[in-house]
Amino acid sequence: MADEKRIDEATGTETTGHTWDGIEELNTPLPRWWLWTFYATVAWGIVYVILFPAWPMVSSATQGVLGYSTRAEVAAEIERVNLSNADLLESLRTVDLGVLERNEALHGFAVRAGASVFANNCSQCHGRGAAGVQAAGYPNLLDDDWLWGGQITDIADTVRHGIRNEDDPDARYSEMPAFDEILADEEIAALVSHVRGLSGLAEGEAEGAQLFLDNCSACHGEDGRGDRELGAPNLTDAIWLYGGTPEAVEHTIRYSRFGVMPPWGDRLGEAQVRAVAAYVHGLGGGEAQVGVPLSEAAAEEAADVPEASFPASADETPAEADAAPVRPVD
Amino acid sequence: MTQPAPLFAAQEPIFPRRVSGRFRTLKWWIMGLTLGIYYLVPWIRWDRGPNLPDQAVLVDLAGRRFYFFWIEIWPHEFYFVAGLLIMAGLGLFLFTSALGRVWCGYTCPQTVWTDLFILVERWIEGDRNARFRLWKAKWDARKWRLRLTKWLVWLLIAVATGGAWVFYFADAPTLARELLTLDAHPVAYATIAVLTGTTFVLGGFLREQVCIYMCPWPRIQGAMMDEGTLTVGYRDWRGEPRGKKRVKGAGDCIDCMACVNVCPMGIDIREGQQMECITCALCIDACDDVMAKIGKPRGLIDYLALDDRPPVLPGEHAPVRPMGSDALDDPNTTGRPGSGDTAVEPVEGRTAPAPHAAAAPFVTRHSEVWAPQPVWRHIFRPRTILYSVAWLAIGVALVFALFVRPEIEMTAAPVRNPTFVTLSDGAIRNAYDVRLRNKHGEAREFHLSLTSETALAISLEGEDDRIVTVPPDATRQQRVYVTAAPGSDAATRALTDLRLWVEDVASGERAYRDTIFNGKESFDERTGAAG
Repeated sequence: MADEKRIDEATGTETTGHTWDGIEELNTPLPRWWLWTFYATVAWGIVYVILFPAWPMVSSATQGVLGYSTRAEVAAEIERVNLSNADLLESLRTVDLGVLERNEALHGFAVRAGASVFANNCSQCHGRGAAGVQAAGYPNLLDDDWLWGGQITDIADTVRHGIRNEDDPDARYSEMPAFDEILADEEIAALVSHVRGLSGLAEGEAEGAQLFLDNCSACHGEDGRGDRELGAPNLTDAIWLYGGTPEAVEHTIRYSRFGVMPPWGDRLGEAQVRAVAAYVHGLGGGEAQVGVPLSEAAAEEAADVPEASFPASADETPAEADAAPVRPVD
Repeated sequence: MTQPAPLFAAQEPIFPRRVSGRFRTLKWWIMGLTLGIYYLVPWIRWDRGPNLPDQAVLVDLAGRRFYFFWIEIWPHEFYFVAGLLIMAGLGLFLFTSALGRVWCGYTCPQTVWTDLFILVERWIEGDRNARFRLWKAKWDARKWRLRLTKWLVWLLIAVATGGAWVFYFADAPTLARELLTLDAHPVAYATIAVLTGTTFVLGGFLREQVCIYMCPWPRIQGAMMDEGTLTVGYRDWRGEPRGKKRVKGAGDCIDCMACVNVCPMGIDIREGQQMECITCALCIDACDDVMAKIGKPRGLIDYLALDDRPPVLPGEHAPVRPMGSDALDDPNTTGRPGSGDTAVEPVEGRTAPAPHAAAAPFVTRHSEVWAPQPVWRHIFRPRTILYSVAWLAIGVALVFALFVRPEIEMTAAPVRNPTFVTLSDGAIRNAYDVRLRNKHGEAREFHLSLTSETALAISLEGEDDRIVTVPPDATRQQRVYVTAAPGSDAATRALTDLRLWVEDVASGERAYRDTIFNGKESFDERTGAAG
């Protein structure tokens, strides 16, 4: 196959000496611009490997003399954004939640920040649209029914400490007994129809009413309207946390339910807790703030001050607010 | 083994001679007009009210607005810009099919700026012969002085060109001040630098090379031209054979080379249609000038179409100079590849196998009996009329769309996560994201209401009175709730049609969007779940 190299007459180019079936290969040189581009890329590659993280090692990569890192860039960017929002975050941390809604700028910031906090931390259980999961007992946050209270302060408290968890001593706690061992099957059946009857889903029975009075009214109230202090659901409305079918209600009575929410206060920080509380409150079912002592004049003042210098509350000086940033509610 | 001719020929300097005449005058006017528009338009002010920019023509990329006098285009109305681009394309087709590369010759920025640069060149270095001598001269002090002066003026024009461009994208007086105090955004400086560089190099040095090797338009134009298209051409049946005026039997062309000397593309139009020709018609002016001097009628070189050529009678020899035969040896042509090759192939039977001189006697006789079509017949042809109709149709449609643009723009999107919410009293509530656009310079209040065949209540998130205030020149998204009473028709039905109304509180103008309400019962039936 390899013949003598020779000069091809037609092109004036030297052959490589390779021949296949009489067809000879010309040794045409690479275009010069191409070659120089190639050399330039090689040189650039070497410089790049020296300057930037490039060479993979066992558990990381060479760092490069510039010390460049996209993670560091992201961290710096986050730091920059946090810094630019520092005033808003500080105001949010210390604002009296009862007047948050009256400061449009701060409330808007809280709701937008809360939306992303919710998407990151809450949507796994409560759903992206906050509609909850009925079968699993994750409450729907869009309706107007609140187990532990729907004021923005109540919601912040729930987020901060969670529900029925062992991690936070301040977590709201209540437990319904399992009546499987306590009541007979017929009694449970009567209770189921009574409970469903409370909201008009079934015909109530006298036996069931008596059983309810004896066993359930301590928490759910004699009329079944529940008790927010205990997180006992209102059984007379149209909303069922775990579903209103006879099977679902019977399961609740026999084995009880035990919905747990982890505390988020430490993990999110006060500003984010308040932000997500404002967001959830605004989802549609939030209740107006009551019971917060606030004069009209103070409220006006709170609504007017610019967000950067928003005071902790009408009757507190900012210094006091700094000392006690988390205001326990009721 | 012969190699194909190379597709690129090294640039040969071209020194176009000064010329005057009707086409040159037209070109001056168009140059003044186009440059004037380009440089001055950003400085026209337009009062739109307190919150909107005062610039008549402004492309606000950051704010995603396009302002054109009284018209304000938002991103979702970009079809207006698309329509204008289509009209520009069709307009180009129209002019090309009627008048050939008239765009290239008169209004193309490359032509306009090159013309301007040649004007400067001629002003500083002198006309054709002086420039030719200077090009050959040694690099002494005089040549350096002339060259540096020329380059400096070119550079000033180029900076002004790049500088004018950025004013279309920001408030011109503010940006001008920032540019001078070095406070402007780096992007502005970078843009000016790039456009300065391209103007300087393309207009000053590359010139016709841009048209021949860089621009795609000459390659496409052939598809839009036909034998009826008016292009700059040479009446060879009148001009050939060339010779001195006194020589008996000679044509009108005295081979004075005026047409070649004035050509900015460096071609000889007497060789027929060529790809390089930008139909700037300077050769017509030059030739007419000569014809006047030698007492012959004007129009030896003229705007004419291929079908204006006189037919060749049987037994006659056409006076066409054979293409490519002597063109390569002709010292007057540049020898650029393509010149001659891309010219129109002589029609069969017309090509003269015999020397030109043999065909001489009948040329004049023939031109007397042959009457070419008038110019207007070339311009108003089915093809151009079709282009005009399409162009006008789009234009009318755009103007119509502009005038029926609604003053209130809204969209209403049902929230489907979840499709509905049961409230504690058993009422069913749906949520909608209503987006309201306020294109006015002042804040507007919109009142929301709804109509439906069944009773439904509307309420707004965070608002007590169903009135949404949208800030000036902004879009606001508002969550709207529609609630059906427990057990009501809408609550129990799968879907209920409803119409969301929005009314401008100030003007009373109304708009609506049709949407649907999701009920509960059908949902229960579908999923088997019970309330």
